[in-house]
Amino acid sequence: MDYVNALAIITNFILLPGLTYGSQLALGAMGVTLIYAVLRFSNFAHGEIMSFGTMVCILFTWLGQSYGLSLGFLPTAILFIPVAMFFTVLYCLLIEKYVFSYYREKKSNPIIFLIASIGVMFFTAGLIRFIIGPSDQSFNDGVRFIFNVREFKAFTGLNEGFGLKTSQAITFLMTIILCALLFFFLNRTRTGKSMRAFSDNEDLALLSGIDPNKVVLLTWIIAGGLATFAGVLYGLDKIYKPFIFLQMLLPIFSAAIVGGVGNPLGAFFGGYIIALSELFVTFAYKKVLGYILPENLEPSSMMQFLATDYKFSVSFIILVIVLIIKPTGLFNGKTI
Amino acid sequence: MFLHAENMLGGYGETTILNRCSVGVKKGEIAVIVGPNGAGKSTAMKAIFGMLNLIEGSVFFDNNDITALSPQDRVKRGMGFVPQTNNVFTSMTVLENLEMGGFTNQDKLANNIAEVFKLFPVLEEKKSQVVGELSGGQRQQVAVGRALMTNPKLLMLDEPTAGVSPIVVKELFGKIIDIAKTGIAILMVEQNAKQALEIADTGYVLVQGENKFTDKGSALLANKEVRKAFLGG
Amino acid sequence: MTDVQRRFSIFSTFFLALIFIGFFQSWNVALGIFNLCLISATMALGVNIQLGYAGIFNAGVMGFAALGGLSAVLIAHPPVSETIKLGGKGILFAFMVLAVGSAIIIFIYKSNQTSRFKKITIPLIILILLVLFNLIGSPAIKRVEAFEPAATGFLGGLGLPILFSWLVGGVLAGFVAYFIGKLTLGLRSDYLAIATLGIAEVIIYFLKNENWLTRGVKNVNGLPRPVPYEVDLQGNKWFIEICERYNFPLIETSSIVVKISYCLLFSGVLITLFILSEIALKSPWGRMMRAIRDNEISARAMGKNVKARHLEIFIIGSGIVGLAGAMLTTLEGQFTPTTYQPLRFTFTVWVMVIIGGTGNNYGSLIGGFLVWFLWVEAEPLGLYLVELLTSPLSDTNPLRIQLTTNAAHMRYIMMGLLLLLVLRFAPKGIFPEGR
Repeated sequence: MDYVNALAIITNFILLPGLTYGSQLALGAMGVTLIYAVLRFSNFAHGEIMSFGTMVCILFTWLGQSYGLSLGFLPTAILFIPVAMFFTVLYCLLIEKYVFSYYREKKSNPIIFLIASIGVMFFTAGLIRFIIGPSDQSFNDGVRFIFNVREFKAFTGLNEGFGLKTSQAITFLMTIILCALLFFFLNRTRTGKSMRAFSDNEDLALLSGIDPNKVVLLTWIIAGGLATFAGVLYGLDKIYKPFIFLQMLLPIFSAAIVGGVGNPLGAFFGGYIIALSELFVTFAYKKVLGYILPENLEPSSMMQFLATDYKFSVSFIILVIVLIIKPTGLFNGKTI
Repeated sequence: MFLHAENMLGGYGETTILNRCSVGVKKGEIAVIVGPNGAGKSTAMKAIFGMLNLIEGSVFFDNNDITALSPQDRVKRGMGFVPQTNNVFTSMTVLENLEMGGFTNQDKLANNIAEVFKLFPVLEEKKSQVVGELSGGQRQQVAVGRALMTNPKLLMLDEPTAGVSPIVVKELFGKIIDIAKTGIAILMVEQNAKQALEIADTGYVLVQGENKFTDKGSALLANKEVRKAFLGG
Repeated sequence: MTDVQRRFSIFSTFFLALIFIGFFQSWNVALGIFNLCLISATMALGVNIQLGYAGIFNAGVMGFAALGGLSAVLIAHPPVSETIKLGGKGILFAFMVLAVGSAIIIFIYKSNQTSRFKKITIPLIILILLVLFNLIGSPAIKRVEAFEPAATGFLGGLGLPILFSWLVGGVLAGFVAYFIGKLTLGLRSDYLAIATLGIAEVIIYFLKNENWLTRGVKNVNGLPRPVPYEVDLQGNKWFIEICERYNFPLIETSSIVVKISYCLLFSGVLITLFILSEIALKSPWGRMMRAIRDNEISARAMGKNVKARHLEIFIIGSGIVGLAGAMLTTLEGQFTPTTYQPLRFTFTVWVMVIIGGTGNNYGSLIGGFLVWFLWVEAEPLGLYLVELLTSPLSDTNPLRIQLTTNAAHMRYIMMGLLLLLVLRFAPKGIFPEGR
């Protein structure tokens, strides 16, 4: 029974939040990785694009709520994700048209692209703060828990338990569906394969008659769509803070690089690797060990590897280790 | 002549590599360009395929002047090109490579794949394998197969046997003869000059971007001067 | 136009704009802006050495600036004797353990033991060190942090003159840069940017959370100044006399005098660094750096130690940023870890360097000046624009209120546009390199 109790604690504090946060990172990292695979640069504006999508979703949610729209126990925002996706993708396409296409035609150095993406990041960050302001916005109006810890305990009779937040379930489910769709698209459809071909060998793709503009457009559409999902799901799960998305760049990039830059499957797993290790390392194991170890060995300290405040450094450390030991990542990156 | 490139003058930046050379090939025949390193063989191929802008000279294909066309448009007209390096999609399977080769030729896709598999049976066995894991010779087969997927009337090969073992070279040349027999014109650049000239209907010896010798393959092989200078005696 | 004329005209335009502000807003504002312009230009100079001379993309500018700020606290804040009594020894001891441990690790790493031996022992020692450090250090830290947390709750500093901290800030940032550089400089440029972005974030987290050292988010206020206080001036007989004689308003003049004193200090540092940078750029060392930047492979083939040179540049550039960070904290008189944000510190400095012209020191000066000027003036400008646009709406219109309150964020939009436009239409910046 003690082991089950310990497992319940771990599920509540590591597994569920880790899978949720990992899903959000995975969605973001897959966008970063796709852009890297096709356009061959690290897009520093990706965090702000996520933020932009979330903002649009929040604005429409407010509008919907003012007309009395509601999804019952689900957050109303889910209804407006497609709308937000539309605007985000539109925004991405405008960026591509007015910023990146010029450098693409000139075949500029990836560093120029990176600097341009910083310009876009600045601009987008300003636009977002200008429209919605710099303060936090909470927009999850659904039922908070599918079942909470107390209900779980009463149901199972255990000392410890875990609760399942609605946002956690939504995040995880949606991520799995989206990823399944994405991988089906990339591996089974002609257009998806042409994207992979373009990423693998641009010149040969051109010789085979693959239209580069179409591939690039498609990449922005997918990356923008995924970014919207990632941002909205993160906002629903925690809270929407305009400045948090710049900080999320690091774990997102780490996830992409750990999985192998340019490899969406790698980015998918990378997201979970980063999220779970952040939580594993910063979790206080005192209570868990209390259940598992014999009574006389019960620890007195928190039994934490690293203070919770340093969880961002985990993704950094993983990033540096991977870059030094295996720069192509766990799934051999560079191409889709 | 089905393909005829004449008087080609061009290069990179200030330096000209091609100094008014001419190359051509007839339908169903094999033409081979040989010559020492830096003679401009690969550059000539690139120029014919439109990957290099010519200062002077023109390229005729199927009785049309195609000098101004982009490589992509030349593919549409019926030219196929197998580059020397990076000529396959290494992260994709054999089958996917062929599918991408036939990207613009969708209605004949299944048929063409079957044709390629008939020509290169080993590819059918390995069709779900990622090309990056194949041997050098098999990769070249994939590369040629990919180029054939557009139903080209002219197939251009840039050193198809580079880095391939001697036995495989022989096999690959055999396949190339098979392809030529189907009526496709073949123009290739080769380092294995002796073997290549053996199967060539026409041979071009380029030196410093100029035509040094042009003759039947067998005639070049018999030519004392050519043997001494380019074929190692 | 010759280069000298061009430089002269652009710099004088900037100073005219500043004078304009002086006449129409106030001289206090103009000087306040200019002081920060000087600090920005110093930072830009440091980043230009990395980005312009060597092509190193350091996205950790924020972290080094914050380290400079930390050194201002550690040098200038008077020591808090009670907390030192409570936990000073424990913390010192913990750090000595850490130092000894690190020495052992380095010794093992450099020794010629088998790599398998190293792979086992080094992580083991690190683990033991962490545990030991926690056992010895954390009780002491807890005692320190628990002492009057609202007023002190930290160890304080050395109580030395704050000017000394500028030097220390530079050295500290350079010291940290050595380790970061060792770890990350081998990476490809965009990976390097990501890694340094992360390190800066970790440094800020450290400063925000190690209360015993920095008071964390409670900030350190009232750092001593290197220049006189306004109140003292206003009470100074001699000063009052001068003001009365020339009919200057006393309070405003006192604050202007303070700002001018800062201005002189900062200008001294900036001019010195500028001259040194110019000498370095034109020296064989600078030529070698540019040769490495333009063609790393051939430079390596010619026997240049690229990695060591990059490390040098990284340390020097980061050191200058640290120095500028200490100057900034000195000017503000307080250390607030929460104000360090990548948009404000890292990327704005990049914008300065790129707009000014990467690789050109004059460019960094004008970039630092102009960008900071715009950064400050964007707020009134944005407000003006918003009011113009929303003037048909009533004063209570929620959209108008919303936009008016957010108008200050126009500065990000402007920075982005500026960067994108310069990158597109004048990629070499205001003063292109090599002039």
